Amino acid sequence: MIGRLWAIAYNTFREAVRDRVLYNLILFALLIVGASVLFGQISLDINRIVLINLGLTAISMFGIVIAIFIGIGLVSKEIDKRTLYTVLAARPVRRWEFIAGKFLGLVMTLTVNALLMSVGFFAAVLYVSHHLGRVDLPLVVAIYFILLEFVLITALALLFSTFSTPIFSSIFAFAIFAVGTFAEDLRGFAEMAHGVTRWVMTGAAYLVPNFASLNVISQVAHDVKVDPKLILLNTLYVVVYTASVLTASVWIFERRNLK
Amino acid sequence: MTREFRVQTSYALLLGALLTASMLLVQQVDKIRAVEPIQEVLYIPSPKVVKRLSLGYSGLLADIYWTRVVQYFGTKHRAKAKQYLILEPLLDMTTTLDPQLLPAYEFGSVFLAQKPPEGAGNPEAAARLVEKGIRENPQAWRLYYDLGYIYWLEMKDSARASDAFERGSKVAGAHPWMKVMAAALAAHAGETETAVYMWTNILNSSEDKDLRANAMNRLRCLRVDGEVKVLQERVDQFTKQTGRLPSAWGDLISAGLLRGVPMDPKNNRYQLVKGRVQVEHPDAFPFITKGLPPELEPKDLPGDPGYRLSKSSE
Repeated sequence: MIGRLWAIAYNTFREAVRDRVLYNLILFALLIVGASVLFGQISLDINRIVLINLGLTAISMFGIVIAIFIGIGLVSKEIDKRTLYTVLAARPVRRWEFIAGKFLGLVMTLTVNALLMSVGFFAAVLYVSHHLGRVDLPLVVAIYFILLEFVLITALALLFSTFSTPIFSSIFAFAIFAVGTFAEDLRGFAEMAHGVTRWVMTGAAYLVPNFASLNVISQVAHDVKVDPKLILLNTLYVVVYTASVLTASVWIFERRNLK
Repeated sequence: MTREFRVQTSYALLLGALLTASMLLVQQVDKIRAVEPIQEVLYIPSPKVVKRLSLGYSGLLADIYWTRVVQYFGTKHRAKAKQYLILEPLLDMTTTLDPQLLPAYEFGSVFLAQKPPEGAGNPEAAARLVEKGIRENPQAWRLYYDLGYIYWLEMKDSARASDAFERGSKVAGAHPWMKVMAAALAAHAGETETAVYMWTNILNSSEDKDLRANAMNRLRCLRVDGEVKVLQERVDQFTKQTGRLPSAWGDLISAGLLRGVPMDPKNNRYQLVKGRVQVEHPDAFPFITKGLPPELEPKDLPGDPGYRLSKSSE
């Protein structure tokens, strides 16, 4: 089983690399270096803050876009090319293994991508601050939370990919990402409603992926430490929520008639 | 039970369990993040810039800003805040993005006008907001009505209040009592009868549950004020006639000054304490100015009827 999972994950990773996904790193590097030099010259005392805000936002946005655009095609592309039938019929691969392997492959791609971008980012921080130390640890936490974001959005893109076309899947994925960034506000609105509306809204607000608590970019830009309990809870949340999304994906995929 | 059914049920149970677990985790995350202070900052302070950035979707953006106003006010109100730093700019932003958004003027002016911690305690800003609303929506007679109440109740300026009601009464479709209010304020500003008339109008003309409840509460308090005044006159009359303070209501009943033991609108007996008439439960009548124990007597009377315009439930 592990061997089959690894084979699918590795092939997904190789395919993404062949798609020249990692080209965005060049763009990212140019953006970071350009911004750090530019803001160092034209701003007053906020060049480090701007660099952190811009750098981490870029890592997050690039990753989200890649996760969605690759994730939405993971299943539907295999169906269109008819390669899925070969994998599922000719080889002893179960459907859940196919979904899990695809998911792991894309997460692997995004992790490598984010790690390489982080190297560029920390190089720029070093250039601006002239040293790296304990004060920069919250930046690592922020990048870890960004990786958790990627895991969530990859699972969601994959879920949509199991039952919808790539165009609609990308719309759904971007929409749910946007809604998820307002998850805390949604829960606040739900609290202010009354009666049945309150119950329905609260349920819906809790079902939406909680991207809000994964974004600590502005916090770390001001060197504010992240609560260790938040790190633990966010990790657990992403593991559990991703598991639920993948369960739903497998459930749908198992019911699809692929003949 | 078929194998297919067992598989489907297992998937459903697993999904349900995972989603429940994720909800519980979000609640824990919220507990950690709830301690973060509310951000008193407008990222883009210029309404014109925001309007341009909205790419024509200014209506939707106005709705979002209005929701933020409600959230901001609600959060600060719950925390009994003394300051509402960004309430006025947020309302300005909302009404610039959508000048026809009447609830933003109507409720926003109440949020601004009420004294802290009920509101921002800035009636001038409230009047400015409603005046802006009138400029943008000259046919909305309720805005003149709101403006009249702000001038009268919060700013104690009966002349400008009368003028606002007068201007509003000329708008097509305006309620007929707008004209009566203008005249009543011009002639009898500050009298209890005018207040009773006003709150009765609000009670009869509003469909908002909270607003109606508030009007009922105000009317009950005005009734208490009126009854305490009459009862105190009877007590004073008894004292004058007999040369002593009455020890109980029975003394006044025996003297033919009362028909029975007087009861307040909540069906509790009025109290007679050393010749003073008091209500038994002052908390049940938050707006009364008479019948309070000496330690709760308002200090800024006379001249301040203590009536505050409120659209929130109290």
